[in-house]
Formats: sequence, structure tokens, C-alpha cells
Amino acid sequence: MGEIDLATVNWARAQFILTAMYHWLFVPITLGLSFLCAFFESMYVRTGKEEWKHLTKFWMTLFGINFAIGVATGIILEFEFGTNWSNYSWMVGDIFGAPLAIEGIFAFFLEATFFAVMFFGWERTSKGFHLFSTWMVAIGSNLSALWILVANGWMQYPVGMAFNPENARFEMQNFWEVLFSPVAIAKFTHTTSSSFVVGALFVITISSYYLLKGRHVDMAKKSIIVASVFGLLSSLFAAFTGDESAYANAYTQPMKLAAYEGLFTGSKGADLVALGLLTSGKKVGDGQDPFAFEVSIPRGLSLMAKRDVNAFVPGIEDLVYGNEAEGIMSVAEKMEKGKAAIADLAAMKQAGKAGDEPAKTAALERFLVNQDYLGFGYLDTPEESVPPVATTYYSFHTMVYLGTFFILLTLLYLYYSYKDTLEDKKWLLMLGVSSFFLALFASEMGWVVAEVGRQPWAIQDMLPVKMASTNIGAGHVQASFAIFFVLFTTLLIAEIKIMLRQIKIGPEGV
Amino acid sequence: MIGKLDIVTLQQIWWIICSIVGALFLFLNFVQGGQTLLWQVAKSDREKSLVINSLGRKWELTFTTLVLFGGALFAAFPKFYATSFGGAYWVWMLILFTFILQAVSYEYRTKPNNFLGARTYELFLFINGSVGILLIGAAVGTFFTGSNFTLNDFNQVTWTHPLRGVEAAFSLFNLSLGLFLVFNARVLGAMYLVNNVDFKGVPEFEARVRKSCLINFLCALPFLLYVVVSLLLIDGFATDAAGVVSMVAHKYLNNLLAMPIVLGLLLVGLFLVILGVTRTSLGRSTKGIWFGGLGTVFVGLAVFFTAGFNGTPFYPSKVDLQSSLTIYNASSSHYTLTAMCYVALFIPVVLAYIAYVWRQMDSKKIGMLDISDKKAY
Ligand code: HDD
Ligand code: HEM
Ligand code: HEM
Repeated sequence: MGEIDLATVNWARAQFILTAMYHWLFVPITLGLSFLCAFFESMYVRTGKEEWKHLTKFWMTLFGINFAIGVATGIILEFEFGTNWSNYSWMVGDIFGAPLAIEGIFAFFLEATFFAVMFFGWERTSKGFHLFSTWMVAIGSNLSALWILVANGWMQYPVGMAFNPENARFEMQNFWEVLFSPVAIAKFTHTTSSSFVVGALFVITISSYYLLKGRHVDMAKKSIIVASVFGLLSSLFAAFTGDESAYANAYTQPMKLAAYEGLFTGSKGADLVALGLLTSGKKVGDGQDPFAFEVSIPRGLSLMAKRDVNAFVPGIEDLVYGNEAEGIMSVAEKMEKGKAAIADLAAMKQAGKAGDEPAKTAALERFLVNQDYLGFGYLDTPEESVPPVATTYYSFHTMVYLGTFFILLTLLYLYYSYKDTLEDKKWLLMLGVSSFFLALFASEMGWVVAEVGRQPWAIQDMLPVKMASTNIGAGHVQASFAIFFVLFTTLLIAEIKIMLRQIKIGPEGV
Repeated sequence: MIGKLDIVTLQQIWWIICSIVGALFLFLNFVQGGQTLLWQVAKSDREKSLVINSLGRKWELTFTTLVLFGGALFAAFPKFYATSFGGAYWVWMLILFTFILQAVSYEYRTKPNNFLGARTYELFLFINGSVGILLIGAAVGTFFTGSNFTLNDFNQVTWTHPLRGVEAAFSLFNLSLGLFLVFNARVLGAMYLVNNVDFKGVPEFEARVRKSCLINFLCALPFLLYVVVSLLLIDGFATDAAGVVSMVAHKYLNNLLAMPIVLGLLLVGLFLVILGVTRTSLGRSTKGIWFGGLGTVFVGLAVFFTAGFNGTPFYPSKVDLQSSLTIYNASSSHYTLTAMCYVALFIPVVLAYIAYVWRQMDSKKIGMLDISDKKAY
């Protein structure tokens, strides 16, 4: 294969990080707020009270402002696989393209079509059809999450496919395995539920602001009740599905798990670090204590990862250097097999071109023995297989602390709403005002765990990121990065200004 | 039944599906066309508002069709997706930028405190309708004029032109196709507005829109003629049974003659567009959009079919003929194409609910009431 230009790869990564993280500023709000709008409107249709209609329209206005920029930042991601990761697109397009197309057919049209009714149909369609449309927008948004997460889940845990040496690409063998992969399910349930938390806290943040200012008190309280019930349920579910994700990681991506837990040396009955500071400058295999300071839960990690307090959880060093007792092959050995596979693949091509059938068959047979390690053949050192530990570790712990905090926060909101003393609890309202920003942060951190934690792989164990990029000079990618940065930032400023003004105007203005 | 189809049939089915999505996108470009008409036909804020609100209820549909077009090509012809998007990098990037601008403009244009000002958002819409469509036309033009790429043994693309795709816009043929699409979108935009807006109390506005339909059609005509005549005259890319690509004289003319249905689509399509124009501009009909729309879909289909069928590589390489992509060497596996066919069975359902909702929403035309609504764009 051609020379790898690391500058291009890194700029392509930077661009993907930029665009995905921008997209993700808006998507979780859409996922959560669309359901909240549907709840609000259902209340209106059930009670027939104009206040609920008013309230629904207010939240829908904010939804629309957010939705527009969500769409704007989404379209580029769809095409970025081709523009920046064309090698990837060719090698796995047979599998990866399908969910993207299905997402278009099933989800985006649902959203786009019913969105128009939701916004402009109040006077044009019946009450019932309008409510139906609002629900369809919510379902459509969350369906779009489903398919893209199936695609992402497949990158984390490639199943249902086989390598076709003939044309050097991966091909789909079983659609259902791709769709119902345990990772895809964990991803979908955790991402949607955590996005519901973001949506709920969005409503809580704005409503709390109104309560603190003493404006729109009735609407704010009504909104808070619905949002805190939804927020509590979904944050409980997010914690549960987050735990499921970790459990899935334990057998699909043990390296990621070890990285976000800061586990360098594996053990039976491994402890779970609840609070800890990593030793700076710690390198794999240097014998330093990974933690400068730590508080651990004995055997907690084995319980979480393997559902068994005595089970063995491999650490980073076991995974890199191998652990015979536990049957873990070292990365060095996998690399060797991988390099053999690459050589056999090239030999096969060569023989094919020369029309030497027996040599081709022989090369193919040798290739098949080692094909599972193909990806490792592209690594330069065994240590390359370790993701950035500190980034992964701190992002993970931030997310989990915040997740726990949201459960508490929504409980308190619910409790004081029930006692009808929420307005007097200024400290809680202040916390509430900050909660949306924390939730969005937690959500972004979740993706950092998921995506940085799988480095260096674009497709786990199959295709390293550096092999995935387009053959294009770094200058081009830098230029498009700069354009995106300016464009998205400008649009974000516009969005925030409009959003803040609408919040200031309040429900009277809609 | 689908499970029994052979790979060649599946590849052809998927080329047809992608062509339909692409052709529908060209029809739905009435939104883009309308965007560029804004400053020309709407003289007052009120008229502007009518135009924007009428288009604003449809823009998502066009946008989503573009997204689906990308997704369908990725799923069915991943080698094309990888080669073209990775190779002709800048032409696609520029197209996408214009759509990013469009996506926020309707929602933000009239919102208080919108940072950039209404005029800027209107400019964004104009850019999307002009530059965006022009470049799409140029990109489609390369289906016939070829691109500058080579593929290695592992199908990795190398682009041999420093402009990375934008060079397509400097070919007279591609440029003409792009300009034709821009003007055709404007024709469609005018037809759509005539159909969708309630002109009560603003008859001069209606007259302006109807007139612009004809004017833009007349502007489109020379480009159309140039494209069609060149297409019939130029040498084209052809593959033989062994998959070897060569240049053949009058290849596209041969294609049309060899596939009378495609020739029929082209002629009927053009006729329908003309019918739509005359009914809109010379008559009083509001139904022109259906003729113009269907006509555009037919012409679009004819273009894509000519590019892909009858032993023609749809994404040819000028610099290395053998790197050219055909629907047979660029496609997904048999398994994936089959699975996606089952998925495609739902497309009619999607079309049906879109049509249903469209009818529900458009039974009343966009009038003053709509633009004074607080939700209005
Ligand atoms: C408000 C947002 C939010 C909150 C409160 C949480 N998460 Fe989360 N988490 C996400 C938002 C998120 C996310 C953005 O949705 C991610 C990124 C990728 C994914 O699948 O979901 C994620 C990923 C993610 C992963 C990595 C999955 C993978 O790589 O496949 C794990 C192990 C957890 N989470 C675990 C948890 C636990 C145990 C939580 C305890 C409360 C938790 N998360 C709360
Ligand atoms: C990197 C992968 C991603 C790609 C290629 C992608 C693609 C897109 C595209 C093309 C759009 C615009 C669709 C339209 O025409 O309406 C969009 C919007 C959207 N996407 Fe993404 N997306 C990605 C990541 C995600 C993730 C991870 C989720 C959810 C878990 C998600 C959920 C949504 C939703 C709900 C919308 C609706 C618009 C909004 O309000 O944000 N996307 N995406
Ligand atoms: C929208 C939410 C998402 C966010 C915030 C996000 C975040 C990130 C981050 C931080 C990286 C950088 C990792 C690194 O290079 O160190 C990354 C890389 C990447 N992600 Fe995601 N991601 C998201 C969703 C997705 C989805 C849904 C997919 C695929 C369907 C995806 C595919 C990729 C690819 C192809 C890369 C580049 C290759 C790589 O560096 O691994 N991402 N993403």
C-alpha cells in the first residue's frame, strides 16, 4: 500500500473531532427535547388547556433553532467518510454504507416531513394529526441515532463480515449480526438515554432561570415537573446502560476498558478506582505506580466488567505484552502474524497478475491462517496499540461523576416540586441552571471515552486509523478544517444569540 | 424473490434506484431555484416573506434527498463514494458548504438578534441555489467528460489534478450542464411558487413570478442545447465484455439509440418541461410544476441511465482509462445489495407519507396569515 502521510491522518482526525463534536452539541438536545415536546403536546391534547399549548410552542421554538444547526453540522459528517477517510470507505463500505443509507430512508425523511407539520401545521391539520407528527419527529430523530450508532458499534466490534482477499475489502455476511450486535445495542440505549438527560436538563436549566428571575413561573414549574420525571428515569437508565456498555467493552474492547479504568496490571478480583489521580509521565511497562493517589472499591472492577468478583480483568500490560496464564497473545506476536498476512496478500495479488494459479492458491491458504491479525501488521510497535490513557481515564470518570450527580439533581427537583417549595431553593435552582452545560459536557466526554479509547483503531483490530485516510496532502485538509472551524463557530454564535434572545422573550413571544 | 437475483441485476437495480433519487433531487431543486429568484421577483418584504415561507416548508425534503443520494451511493457503490468524495475533494466540499449555509438560513433569517442579519442569510440562500447547483452540475458532467484519477491495486485513489475536483467546473460541457441546472431550478422554482403561494392582493407579484419562469427557461435553453448537441457528438467512454475501457466515437449517441426507452425519457422529459413553462408563463395554470417536475425527473433519469448503462463507465477516468468505474466494478457485494433491496422496498412507503403530508399541508396556499404567524420564517 502507499506511503502513510501522518500529517494528513492527523489533520483528518482533527477535522473529524471538530465536526463530530460540533454536531454532538446539538444532537443530544434534539433527541431529548423532541420527546419532551411530544409529552408537552400530549398534555395539551389530553387536558385541552391553552397553557400547555403555549408551553409546547415555546419549547418547540427552541427545538427548531437547535435542529437547524444540528442538520447543518450533520450533512458534512455523512460525506466526510468519503472525503477524509476514502480508504476506509472503500475497505468497509460494503458494510458501513448500509446503515447510513437506511438512516436516510427510515429516519431522516420521517424527521424532515413531520417537522414541517410540527412547525407550520397548527392551523393546517387536525389536533390529532399534529400530535402524531410531533411524535413522529421524536421517533425519527431517535431512529437516526439508531442507525448511525449501529454503524459506530460495528467499528468498535466488527461482526457479521469477512475479509475478501480478492478485492482487499471487508464484506457483509450477516446483516442481523451487524444490527443486533451487543455493542450496537449498548451504544443505542446508552446514547439515547443519556441524550434524554441532556434534553431534560436543557428544560430544567431554562426553567430554573425563569424561577430565579420570577418570570413565567407557572410555565416553568409545569415544564420542570415533566422534565425532572423524564430526567430522573433516563439518568437511571443511562447509568444502567453505561454499566452495560462497560460490560460489553470488557470482552469486545478490553484495551479500552483498561485505559479508562487506569488498569495497567491486570489481576483476579481487580479493584475499581472510584477516585484517583494518574501518575504523570507513566509509560506502559515502566513499572511506576499508575496512580499518584487513589481511592478504590475492592474487587469492584471484576464485578463490573465480568459480573464476578473473582474474575480476571486484563490490564494494559497484559494486553500489550501477553499473559500466557490467561491465554492472552502479545501484540508483538499478533504483529508478526499480521505482517505475514500482508505479505501473503501481496504475494497473492502478484501471482494473480502473473496468472500463476497454484502460487495464488498457496498464498491464499497462508493468508487465511493469519487473516484475523491483518490489522496488527500495520502497527510499528506493540505500544502503539495503547490508546491515550489519561484522556480516556479522566473523560470516563468525569462522565460517571456527572451521571451520578444528575440522578441526585433530578431527584431533588422532583421532591421539591412535589412539596411545591422549589422556588425557595435558590441553591438548587442555581445548580439547575448549570446542569445543562454539565450534561452536554458529560455527553461529549462519553464520546471521547468511546472514540479515543479505541485508538489506534478505526475498525477494532482490523484497520488502524492511519491506514484509513484519503491520499490527499495535509494542506487540503488543513484548509477545509479552517473553513469548518470558522463556519461552524460563526453559526454557533448566531445560534446562541438567537437562543438567548428567545429565552429572554419567553413564551409570550411564540 | 429478491434473494434469487444475480449480481448483475442487483447492480442495475441499484443504479436505477440511485438514478431515481438523483433525478428526484434535481426536481426538488425548485427550492434552490426559488432561493435565487428571491431578490428578483420579490420586491417588498412581504413578498419576500411569502417566497421564503413557501420554500421553507420544503427545503428539508430537498436536503434530505441529497443526504439519501450520498448514503445510497455509499451503500451500493462504495468504490464510487470513496473515489469521488476522496478524490474530487474540493468540488464536494464546496457543494457541502453551501448546503450547510442553507440549513440554518430559513430558521435564523428573521429571528431577533440573529447576529448576521437577514440579508446575509438571504445571501446564503442565493449561494446555495447558484454556486451549489452549478457545482453539482459540473460534478455530474464528469460522468461524461471524465475525471483525473488513478486507482492502485488496493483501490486507493490518487487524484492527478491539483484542484481536486474543482477543475471540473472549467470544462465548457460541465459548466454548461451546471448553468442549465441552475436555470432549470429557477424555472421550477417559479412554477412551484405559482402553485404554492396565495397571490391575493399582489397580482403584480404573481405576474413577475410567471414571467421569470419563461425568462429563465430561455436562459436555460442555450446551455441545454450545447449539452445535448455535445453529448451526441463527443467520443465517450466504453467498456467491453472483459471490462476493458476505451474511447468510442459517438458513444452517448449510440447509447440513446441502443436504449430507446432512455431516448424516450429524454424527449418526453424535455417536452413536459416546455409544457410546464408555457402553462405557467403563457397560461394561467398553477399546475406547471407537475409537468416541469416530472419532466425534470425524466431528463435526470435519461442522463444517469446514459452514463451508467449499455457498457458505459459512469465515473470514467481521463488519465487512466482502466481505473474508470462502472456499475459492475464499483458495487457492493451480492449480499449487501440484496439486503439493501429489501430496505428499498420501503421507499414507496416513504414517498406515500411524504405525498400525504404534502397534500395535508398544501391544501391551503401560503398567504398573509402564514407570514404573520410568529412561527414564520
Ligand atoms: C449525559 C451524558 C452521559 C452520562 C450522564 C453518562 N454517559 Fe456514558 N456515554 C455517553 C453519555 C453519557 C455518550 C455520549 O452517549 C457515549 C459515547 C458513545 C456512546 O455509546 O455513548 C458514552 C459512552 C460510555 C461508555 C463507552 C462505550 C463504548 O466505548 O462503547 C461507557 C463505558 C459509559 N458511557 C459508561 C457510563 C456510565 C457507567 C455512566 C454512569 C452514570 C455514564 N456512562 C453516564
Ligand atoms: C459521524 C457520524 C454521523 C453522521 C454521518 C451523521 C449524519 C447526519 C446528517 C447527514 C444529518 C442531517 C440529516 C437531515 O437531512 O435532516 C444529521 C442530523 C442528525 N443526526 Fe447525525 N450524524 C452522525 C452522528 C450522529 C450521532 C452519533 C447521532 C445520535 C446518536 C446523530 C443523530 C442525528 C440527529 C438526531 C439529527 C437530526 C438533526 C439534529 O437535530 O441534530 N448523528 N446527522
Ligand atoms: C457525534 C458524536 C461523536 C463524537 C463527539 C465523536 C468524537 C470523536 C473523537 C473525539 C474522535 C477522535 C479520536 C482520536 O483521533 O483520538 C473521533 C474519531 C472518529 N470517529 Fe467519532 N465521535 C462521534 C460519533 C461517531 C460516529 C457515530 C462514528 C461512525 C459512525 C464515528 C466515527 C469516527 C471516525 C471515522 C473517526 C476518525 C478516526 C479515528 O480517529 O478514530 N464517530 N470521534
